[in-house]
Amino acid sequence: MRRRPNYLAGAGSLLWLFLVGLPLYVMLAATLRSRGDYAEGGPVSIPDSFTLDNYTGAFDSGFGRYFLNTLVVTVCVVGLVLLLVPPLAYAIVRSRSRATSLIFRLFLLGLAIPAQAVIVPMFYLISEAGLYDNLLGVILPTAAFCFPMSALILSGAMRDISPELFEAMAMDGATPRRMFFQLVVPLSRGGLSTIVVFSALQAWNGFLFPLVLTQSDSTKVITLGLYNFQTEHGIDIPGLLGAVVLSMVPVLLVYLFARRALVQGLMGVGGK
Amino acid sequence: MTTQITSPPPTAEPRKRARRRPDGSYTAKVARPGFGWAVPATVFFALFAIVPLIAVAVLSFMSWNGLGSPEFVGMDNWTRIADDPVMINSIWLTLLLTALGVIIQTPLSILLGVWAAGNQRNRAVLSAIYFIPLLLSSTAVSVLWRALLDPNFGIPARATWLFGDGNLFGKQATAIGVLAFVSAWQFTPLHTLIYQGAARAIPQVLYQAAEIDGAGRYRQFFHITLPQLRNSIITSMILMIVGGLTTFETVLILTQGGPGTDTTISAYYMYQKAFKGFDFGAGAAIALALVVAATIISLIVVKVSGYDKMRSDMEGVS
Repeated sequence: MRRRPNYLAGAGSLLWLFLVGLPLYVMLAATLRSRGDYAEGGPVSIPDSFTLDNYTGAFDSGFGRYFLNTLVVTVCVVGLVLLLVPPLAYAIVRSRSRATSLIFRLFLLGLAIPAQAVIVPMFYLISEAGLYDNLLGVILPTAAFCFPMSALILSGAMRDISPELFEAMAMDGATPRRMFFQLVVPLSRGGLSTIVVFSALQAWNGFLFPLVLTQSDSTKVITLGLYNFQTEHGIDIPGLLGAVVLSMVPVLLVYLFARRALVQGLMGVGGK
Repeated sequence: MTTQITSPPPTAEPRKRARRRPDGSYTAKVARPGFGWAVPATVFFALFAIVPLIAVAVLSFMSWNGLGSPEFVGMDNWTRIADDPVMINSIWLTLLLTALGVIIQTPLSILLGVWAAGNQRNRAVLSAIYFIPLLLSSTAVSVLWRALLDPNFGIPARATWLFGDGNLFGKQATAIGVLAFVSAWQFTPLHTLIYQGAARAIPQVLYQAAEIDGAGRYRQFFHITLPQLRNSIITSMILMIVGGLTTFETVLILTQGGPGTDTTISAYYMYQKAFKGFDFGAGAAIALALVVAATIISLIVVKVSGYDKMRSDMEGVS
């Protein structure tokens, strides 16, 4: 449709661009300048120094370790989700048993449980299980809280597989198990990549479970590292922002290479 | 857990009468997975989400200081939090912040989403940038804004003509303003995405018909776009309400509930009670109250809007 441009909307969109862009610019600029320069010139001034000290400094204060911990948590959470959710979604979509539809209801209900609601007993249960201050103690609940949304996303994708394909496989005498591996998994790759991105984001950006369930430096994840850095060296703003930028680099890489799955994964995040 | 999944129980389909046959004589019956396939995930989820949820209800009637065993104390935690002025105040603050979130973000994200739904090239590029705040964790967003709004080294200190003494964290009104602003900065892109997807799904025929009838851009917006976005508005509002009631990181990092207890909202107060004051019973009671409140408010929104009678609940998810 040809129409005259909407100037009012254009102006509004530029204003929002400014609101989003300015902080991001200040953040990037601040991390590339010295602390003195930042303190003197203020956040929005033009930098007149260039340094990478803020990034190396972040690594010196332990961010390498936190990175590694976060990576371990993320990989394990994604692994658990990939291992347990596809069979669940398969049963939800294909099983006719009453128990399965009850299970689906349970997971729908689970969508509404915020992590904040369960951290108190979680702390108790994880401590009792001897997993306090252990990455496994962070991994298990984080993965569990990814299940409801992942099950919803994946069962949606599996529902799109046409019933004729199942019938065709049944002609060949395929068992449910063979249908799962040869038909369902290959045909729901889109849904699978969405749940991978979704749970990876949850794990990478997770804060509450690590905050409550870990305490020592050797189990610290990156969000917790940021929080500690802020409470301990709050005045070193360029250094702090350097750590913030580092924490988002992996997510930005995913954004560049798997934009579609990321957008869908993010919509899932909103559903939490 | 690994072993459970690779071998689904052999009793997977005990009730099926007609079996698949290798020679193909009963082909009409397609073998279906039994509920055994769902068991590993369900057990895992029950263990780490449902059990804690039940435990939070039980703990709210117990006293526990983090060491030793919890003891049953009846309604004690509940009567204590009901008499606690900080708690009562925190409820109002939570509701205020949630309402501010809905009021600020809904119109903004509808306008941005409808705008971004257009297929002009510049719009696609700009929406890709709008999207960036969503990539950051709440922690990173809060740390970033805490640094940008720092009373001594931040933007307000350089723009005293606009911000007065430059300490936005020193007064209740401005501190609440900061929290509402940062939440909007972080979450508007999410809701924009929802509206963008939904606006793209509106049939173009409606606009063409309106054009023929001579309806202008603004009439089209109010008479076609807005009504068509109804489902998404409800989805997005529920997300905002649940998100608002459980806001935590933003408060912890930006204001620490201060000045004084002026921004101590319920989720933050729960954390303080339990993990700083070692009063886990009271923390559990607050947590349970939060879940119940979030559920009730969401149900009311669903009922009032008639959303439960509509078909698609994933509308807007592109």
